[in-house]
Amino acid sequence: MIKFFLMVNKQGQTRLSKYYEHVDINKRTLLETEVIKSCLSRSNEQCSFIEYKDFKLIYRQYAALFIVVGVNDTENEMAIYEFIHNFVEVLDEYFSRVSELDVSFFNTVFHSTWQSTEPIDELPKMCSARQPQEACSVSTPVC
Amino acid sequence: MPAPIRLRELIRTIRTARTQAEEREMIQKECAAIRSSFREEDNTYRCRNVAKLLYMHMLGYPAHFGQLECLKLIASQKFTDKRIGYLGAMLLLDERQDVHLLMTNCIKNDLNHSTQFVQGLALCTLGCMGSSEMCRDLAGEVEKLLKTSNSYLRKKAALCAVHVIRKVPELMEMFLPATKNLLNEKNHGVLHTSVVLLTEMCERSPDMLAHFRKNEKLVPQLVRILKNLIMSGYSPEHDVSGISDPFLQVRILRLLRILGRNDDDSSEAMNDILAQVATNTETSKNVGNAILYETVLTIMDIKSESGLRVLAINILGRFLLNNDKNIRYVALTSLLKTVQTDHNAVQRHRSTIVDCLKDLDVSIKRRAMELSFALVNGNNIRGMMKELLYFLDSCEPEFKADCASGIFLAAEKYAPSKRWHIDTIMRVLTTAGSYVRDDAVPNLIQLITNSVEMHAYTVQRLYKAILGDYSQQPLVQVAAWCIGEYGDLLVSGQCEEEEPIQVTEDEVLDILESVLISNMSTSVTRGYALTAIMKLSTRFTSTVNRIKKVVSIYGSSIDVELQQRAVEYNALFKKYDHMRSALLERMPVMEKVTTNGPTEIVQTNGETEPAPLETKPPPSGPQPTSQANDLLDLLGGNDITPVIPTAPTSKPASAGGELLDLLGDINLTGAPATAPTPAPVPQISQPSFLLDGLSSQPLFNDITAGIPSITAYSKNGLKIEFTFERSNTNPSVTVITIQASNSTELDMTDFVFQAAVPKTFQLQLLSPSSSIVPAFNTGTITQVIKVLNPQKQQLRMRIKLTYNHKGSAMQDLAEVNNFPPQSWQ
Repeated sequence: MIKFFLMVNKQGQTRLSKYYEHVDINKRTLLETEVIKSCLSRSNEQCSFIEYKDFKLIYRQYAALFIVVGVNDTENEMAIYEFIHNFVEVLDEYFSRVSELDVSFFNTVFHSTWQSTEPIDELPKMCSARQPQEACSVSTPVC
Repeated sequence: MPAPIRLRELIRTIRTARTQAEEREMIQKECAAIRSSFREEDNTYRCRNVAKLLYMHMLGYPAHFGQLECLKLIASQKFTDKRIGYLGAMLLLDERQDVHLLMTNCIKNDLNHSTQFVQGLALCTLGCMGSSEMCRDLAGEVEKLLKTSNSYLRKKAALCAVHVIRKVPELMEMFLPATKNLLNEKNHGVLHTSVVLLTEMCERSPDMLAHFRKNEKLVPQLVRILKNLIMSGYSPEHDVSGISDPFLQVRILRLLRILGRNDDDSSEAMNDILAQVATNTETSKNVGNAILYETVLTIMDIKSESGLRVLAINILGRFLLNNDKNIRYVALTSLLKTVQTDHNAVQRHRSTIVDCLKDLDVSIKRRAMELSFALVNGNNIRGMMKELLYFLDSCEPEFKADCASGIFLAAEKYAPSKRWHIDTIMRVLTTAGSYVRDDAVPNLIQLITNSVEMHAYTVQRLYKAILGDYSQQPLVQVAAWCIGEYGDLLVSGQCEEEEPIQVTEDEVLDILESVLISNMSTSVTRGYALTAIMKLSTRFTSTVNRIKKVVSIYGSSIDVELQQRAVEYNALFKKYDHMRSALLERMPVMEKVTTNGPTEIVQTNGETEPAPLETKPPPSGPQPTSQANDLLDLLGGNDITPVIPTAPTSKPASAGGELLDLLGDINLTGAPATAPTPAPVPQISQPSFLLDGLSSQPLFNDITAGIPSITAYSKNGLKIEFTFERSNTNPSVTVITIQASNSTELDMTDFVFQAAVPKTFQLQLLSPSSSIVPAFNTGTITQVIKVLNPQKQQLRMRIKLTYNHKGSAMQDLAEVNNFPPQSWQ
């Protein structure tokens, strides 16, 4: 089960965060900095799955942006790894060549785009069914 | 009031902030503006303000004042307002806030809205943060939506149902009829969410699971869907790197796993499709590997046939050879899980696993190490050990302790020969000496004593090892002990296994002395070294004077432990030289003791019988290699168990050579330990006091003679006598020795003696010699009580006796008042 989904840049600034279990707000920033620290300390040689406290972290780096998904033990790590990439591809299609700037400016769009990122599964389901078309019709950038 | 700025502007402003403080300032300003805008009840810009608030919330700033505004937005008719409102509700509200219940009505109305997107919003929000009350109220609506034909809504309803079931498990039954048709959908979105719903139901309730297995024929349906996915050609909608909807495939495989667990019929129905997936999936991309991984996990978990299992393990073996780290990590983790059950199959991949030990990634190395230990067996021990020792050399410090203990365990179980075993342990000690756990030292010493023929070889190797470097404490401790024991073999140069080296007695003493002096040696190590030097006094012939000198120097050492030892040994030289050789004889072979519960109490009667020393297992398990053992040993080579003091070993009240008096009286009563002993054995590398072994000895050198003994208690055949000792040098301590005897015709078992004294006294109760008082006065239980009486008040004591006699439990309280005046004045 996915516990959280983060997009954090190399400097530690959170561009997008979505928690599927309640985490206190002050704990969130702490969690995010710790997570990004452990991801940054990995080299290219090492595998993308980290054990952190009682989660597993699966991360992928895209330019200066890290996408980190925290899961519990029951998930298939490689499927999640694949899912992260799928997600990025969907964004790419939606924004046509998405960049970090898009992520930071349109974060409400993101939320709307996947309509509440139903915990755990709406994400992969949505992505796998290629629903950016649907999403486009629903959301126009807010404000 | 000017229109509030747009979200985009806000983000732009925040990005220009250079420091955290600047950012905070900007955010606070904006928060203030938003708050005043809320107060004005401005409908047009509310949605914009809430959006900004959500952004700030994401950055980590408190945003609770926006909660009510979200509710207002939800209630509005505009879609854009609703959207932001629901988003805000999901992010800011949860069941902890009371406000959330106000949403229930809105959600209910929206669930019946005409526009599917609004319905979708409502479903999502409910599925995200619905509390149990909300779920109960709205479950009916969700269930209705689960049956619609609109696939957009259906998939959202399914996920919402998952959440409802998680919050209120009782409602699971409600959704059961709706699930019948879920798998007949064409739309992958619906399929996916339905599989999730079914998985959740099966995981939560075994009844559901049974129901699905039998009645619904779920397995054939799933198999059919999976087959379609694999066999169907390219479908652009669902394709990911050449594989059709891998996410759905993984989900289905997981559900199959749950269905097939512990169920033969279902497992059989799945065998074919699993084999098909395993063979047909393309492995060149990560996607394929992800599916294969899930397949392997499923095969391992259900009752699959052996051919399939072998296939699974081969897949894992192939993963190990892959260059991608992720895949190797995943393979090692799964192999670790399966090695218990399919040991032989995993053995085939042993060489690959051992290669992974050399990988750069830390998590892979750790997994490979654990797996290697699991795979070691009698056949491959030599090869594996070589690799593991090499790994130990080069691995990171955090692994060394685990690796060392693993190697010890493996060597113990599968050592092909004693010499190999000793060599291996020595190698570990020299390479990772400082990371070895403390209990390895006694284990090793015990091992060495057991291999009698290897003594010369061992001591020679150990000597050579510490000659160069004596900083690794466990190695030095073992070496010192061995040199002490077998120094004569070392000097005589009688080694068969290896080239004997020429060592003189002086050289040996040199090295031991340098260990003593070195700053790197801990107190424990120094203790070992000093005792070793002492032992050599009987084994060496020409250097006894030198030894005497060393020992006497340490008589004034600052370290109390060393000082005490040195003083004792000194006294040995001076007053008890005739006993020295007997005292310092070779240790007999020690038996390995398991650490489950107390051993039998051994009563010794002073008879001699060289028997393996039975040692009392301490709760934490260190083997007794204490010097005290050899001292106890000498007194006739009895079966002795060291006494466990019930209080931390305190120095006897009078300093100096009082210990040695014990030796005068060889009446040994065996050691204790029945249930009442509370304290654990003292750390054995500290020499326990001689006192401990000999509870019935006069404890003081300068005893005040002639204090009459008293009968403290005599009733029902049980008689308890007190005998007293006091020291001239420390008159406030009285030592009372109690003797309990039984004149009836049946034994008294589980005998426990307890005593209490008035507050001005202090009492220390040592452990009794046994817990059985034999019948007909054939034996007694002895126990020592030390009373501290600084104010020299009249000694009074209340005693409590509990024992089993003639099948019934007896208990008695008594007061002892007839203490003779000499015992306390």
